[in-house]
Amino acid sequence: MTKALLELDGLNIHFPTQHAVRDLSLTVGQGETLALVGESGCGKSATALAITRLLAPNARVGGRILLDGENLLDFSPARMRAVRGRAISMIFQEPMSSLNPVLSIGTQLGEVLLQHEQLSRQAARQRAIELLDTVRIPEPQRRIDDYPHNLSGGQRQRVMIAMAIACHPRLLIADEPTTALDVTVQASILELLDKLRRELSMGLLLITHDLGLVSQWADRVAVMFAGEKVEEAVAAKLFAHPEHAYTRRLLASSLHFDQELHYHEARLPDTSEDAEDLQAHVPTGVPAANEAVVASQAPLLKLEDVHVAYRTGEKEFFAVKDLSFEIRRGETLGLVGESGCGKSTLSKTILKLIPAHSGRILLEGQDITRLGESAFRPLRAKIQMVFQDPYGSLNPRHTVEDILGGVLRAHGVADKTERHRRIVETLGHVRLSAKSLNRYPHEFSGGQRQRIGIARALILRPALVICDEPVSALDVSIQAQVLNLLVDLKQELGLSYLFISHDLSVVRYISDRVLVMQDGRCVEQGDYRSIWNAPQHPYTRSLIEAVPGQSRVQVAAA
Amino acid sequence: MSEKTLKSIRRVGYALWRAALRALPSVVGILIVVFLLLQMVPGDAADVLAGESGGATADTLAALRARFGLDHPILLQLLAYLNNLAHFNLGYSIRYNASVLDLILGRLPHTLVLMAAAQVVAVFGGLVVGALMAARAGKWTDRLLSLVSLVFYSTPSFWIGLMSLIVFSVWLGWFPSGGNITIGADLHGWAYIVDYLRHAVLPVLSLGFFFLSIYARLTRSAMLEIARQDFVRTAHAKGLHPLRVIVRHVLRCALLPVTTVAGMHFGAMLGGAAVIETVFSWPGLGRLALEAVLARDFSVLMGILLFSSFLVILTNVLVDVLQAWLDPRIKLA
Amino acid sequence: MTLENFGKTGPGLYLRSPSGVIGAGLLVLLILVALSANWLAPGDPLDMVAQPLLWPGQDMQFPLGTDSLGRNVLAQLIHGARISLLVGFAAVLVSLGVGIVVGTLGGYFGGWIDRSLLQVTELFQTIPTFLLVVVVVAIGHPSASIIAGAIGIASWPSIARLVRAEFRSLREADFVMAARSVGHSDAWIIFREILPNALPSVIVTTSVMVASAILIESALSFLGLGDPNVVSWGSMIGAGREMLRTAWFLTALPGAMLVLTVLSLNLIGDTLNQVLNPRLRGL
Repeated sequence: MTKALLELDGLNIHFPTQHAVRDLSLTVGQGETLALVGESGCGKSATALAITRLLAPNARVGGRILLDGENLLDFSPARMRAVRGRAISMIFQEPMSSLNPVLSIGTQLGEVLLQHEQLSRQAARQRAIELLDTVRIPEPQRRIDDYPHNLSGGQRQRVMIAMAIACHPRLLIADEPTTALDVTVQASILELLDKLRRELSMGLLLITHDLGLVSQWADRVAVMFAGEKVEEAVAAKLFAHPEHAYTRRLLASSLHFDQELHYHEARLPDTSEDAEDLQAHVPTGVPAANEAVVASQAPLLKLEDVHVAYRTGEKEFFAVKDLSFEIRRGETLGLVGESGCGKSTLSKTILKLIPAHSGRILLEGQDITRLGESAFRPLRAKIQMVFQDPYGSLNPRHTVEDILGGVLRAHGVADKTERHRRIVETLGHVRLSAKSLNRYPHEFSGGQRQRIGIARALILRPALVICDEPVSALDVSIQAQVLNLLVDLKQELGLSYLFISHDLSVVRYISDRVLVMQDGRCVEQGDYRSIWNAPQHPYTRSLIEAVPGQSRVQVAAA
Repeated sequence: MSEKTLKSIRRVGYALWRAALRALPSVVGILIVVFLLLQMVPGDAADVLAGESGGATADTLAALRARFGLDHPILLQLLAYLNNLAHFNLGYSIRYNASVLDLILGRLPHTLVLMAAAQVVAVFGGLVVGALMAARAGKWTDRLLSLVSLVFYSTPSFWIGLMSLIVFSVWLGWFPSGGNITIGADLHGWAYIVDYLRHAVLPVLSLGFFFLSIYARLTRSAMLEIARQDFVRTAHAKGLHPLRVIVRHVLRCALLPVTTVAGMHFGAMLGGAAVIETVFSWPGLGRLALEAVLARDFSVLMGILLFSSFLVILTNVLVDVLQAWLDPRIKLA
Repeated sequence: MTLENFGKTGPGLYLRSPSGVIGAGLLVLLILVALSANWLAPGDPLDMVAQPLLWPGQDMQFPLGTDSLGRNVLAQLIHGARISLLVGFAAVLVSLGVGIVVGTLGGYFGGWIDRSLLQVTELFQTIPTFLLVVVVVAIGHPSASIIAGAIGIASWPSIARLVRAEFRSLREADFVMAARSVGHSDAWIIFREILPNALPSVIVTTSVMVASAILIESALSFLGLGDPNVVSWGSMIGAGREMLRTAWFLTALPGAMLVLTVLSLNLIGDTLNQVLNPRLRGL
């Protein structure tokens, strides 16, 4: 390690209601990447903002933040402004909202140049074009007058990076820079960051929850838990020999793509805090469904050449094109694709929330494509859905009993005691106690809410459950908990899943068969073993290659 | 001309076209509403058009009925009404012995001056006060200004007008108490303008303060909301001066809701102007409307309603164009 | 609900705000005054009871003085509270009725229903509210119910737009998707899922709309277009205006009552906004 560029010495951050960071000490050397890892609320983002002194005024910061040996906390506001954007730059998580929507990107890039360097407007514009070129934005002369909404998420994050490196900073703080982006875009952004770090010999403080990312890009790793640093080590050592119990739990519960873990063979270790109320089942794998039986049955759900059209203004385009697949009883079909590939449209089409343009959807052999709502309503009990966002998918004004009871009432269960019995039973399935009945969604944690969402999907005893990114909004340890629950329930209740996710590791763990979607089309589908080991389609291969943190997957020759 | 400028011109041009298209059904709708209201007026349109104040003989009424086809079914009457409007014939006022259109056009400039000045005072004052409150949020400056703007927001503008008359005109004698020019003074050039402005100060401020407080409150809340957005944090992280961040990033974005609301309040301001004109004997449209009500001169009243609705539509079009200029996200397609 | 949790719930949060408490207290007081007007100031407030133009404090039998016709100003102020509050609340009831129905239908069902309702809404928003009220009142007879109805008819578009916007965004919420995928009827989704979540912002707007309805009524009576048979603060100001130079208190006092009433409603609106608006919560 070269000399310390940034040194945190006993950093403490207090918010009015919370001691967010306790006695944190860290160093970042010149040209080095330090990853600061932890789950949401562990204080990692507060640390990032404290370094540039951008925390809300109600935060109290103690300790020392040394940049080249000088304590930033002693700097005057004017001197601090000369540091921001010049010596220390930042990149944030949300490229969608991190740029001002009403100013052109040229203006926003020029702003930082004009602030820190003696440049004419013309020269600043020229530099801005060069910077856009550096971050590989195509046609920079033309794009410089574009507004953020004209750019894709990845391009916006590139603009953010261009802005951050405009004045050749010594330290770049990247706070979850790729969390909001698709996998393939993620990889290219991190490559760019790494290249720039080397070329400009910047120190890089990479803040993330994603361990896969860390193993690939960081020199050293510091792990934070509840405001404290619990462990710090060279990346390779940390992954090989984690010392602290929390690090081990974190590593164990996060899914690695190259772990080749599958629900048939192993359960995920549940490390969440409310693990106890889950009355942990025996952590063994579930035996594979009897494949002979599976094959003999008629498919539960079958799609034939389905197209789904979307209208935006005058234009009509197809969000789903020519899609055919089937799900057999007891089977989990994983559906992988990046944002905008049509996977959510597909789930709404199967639920008949939006009409199919053409093609046929067969449920247990019955064509439901053109069925009217009243004829379809009894069949709705057979297909239910678990949503991504555990906050948005539960009506905040209904208690758990209202939510689950309402479902039963819609399906003609008029008797109150019968409803109550089935609600309590279903809550038992998702390991929630009957005490939850009269509580509102906001009184539960994220993982518990997702279990309420699962209970709502199960209470009608469906045959097929569509899980649309059910763990994407959850922390790593909660992810494991919910995935285990889904695996158990499949066994207990004989369910089939259509499991939609952008996260290949999750799909790899839970699926029997996998379907890869791109631009509304199915590019490849196959058995869970074959698709990862011998991907046929170039897009599948690029998806697999883009997964961070793998020991360079050996892509089999096609 | 740079490509950037060309782009914004195209955007604005498109907005103008789209807003005009959108306004068309409203124009038709207003015509129908006003026609229906006319039908509800006691007596038929001939009475109305001839002026209820009397003076029309049975012969003229019959002639009018024949001319406007009032013996025809209602649909034909509507067509006849529209035909008249198409020829800019809003009817004739016996009371003023003038055509309604001439009457309205004669009063319109005074109302427009009053409203334009009040709007300028309200928007600029509102932005400044609102920005000040947002910048000092939670401190005593903010609390005091918030309270003052809340009080003005709760005060009828005509009462502000009357109270300011007592203080600034009766007690202090700084401003004249009514009218728009000193009667009989026969002033010209610069002296005329100064005289007009002296008469305008109190009405403009009385009308403007209510709206100023609306815009100030809106600016404050919009700026506080925008200040929490990620891109403001980005601006700070660039090392920009806080004042620059506020003006360039926060206030710039707060302009969008403020212009929208200012446009929406144009109609309300027209109504407010009607009352203020009465308080200050300002010879505008509003006072004409009131005189028409008292004289039961419905042709004038309906003419004003129609005309001011068109003014609102025109304002909406202008606001749409302004928005398209301010907000690059408004789509071309 | 436990006591310690009370401070975090809606009513508890509301009561923690001093301006909210002041506003609500003022409004309750004004409503009480309006309800007990016949008991506080018996007899017709429009009767001549004393020598005209007594100044406040001059004769303690008429603590706030008398007007140019020798009528008791205090009695008029007390009775005036009735018409202001009555017209204000009645007008908003009309607006709420029309606005919620129009906004719900358009926002939930979309398509041609929405487009045509939006067109009607825009039309009513285009016609200047106050002028429309003046015309309607001039055509009909100036009675309290016609005035309230006219104000309500002229001001429902803002409720309709608000409800429509709430429905349009909530219609896409995951919990509504969930309700649809379960097979709930449109009526269930509208009344049980969406409307309860749309109500907070409607409630906030309601208090502001009552305030603006009161302001419109006062302007109308100030211009002499109100109900001539009942006393109203606006008409008191209108009458007092003739004596502005000599007896300015005849204008100032009813105006002050108006300001207090409208202020109380706006304080309530601001506080409700802070309590019910989830974006502002937790600050």
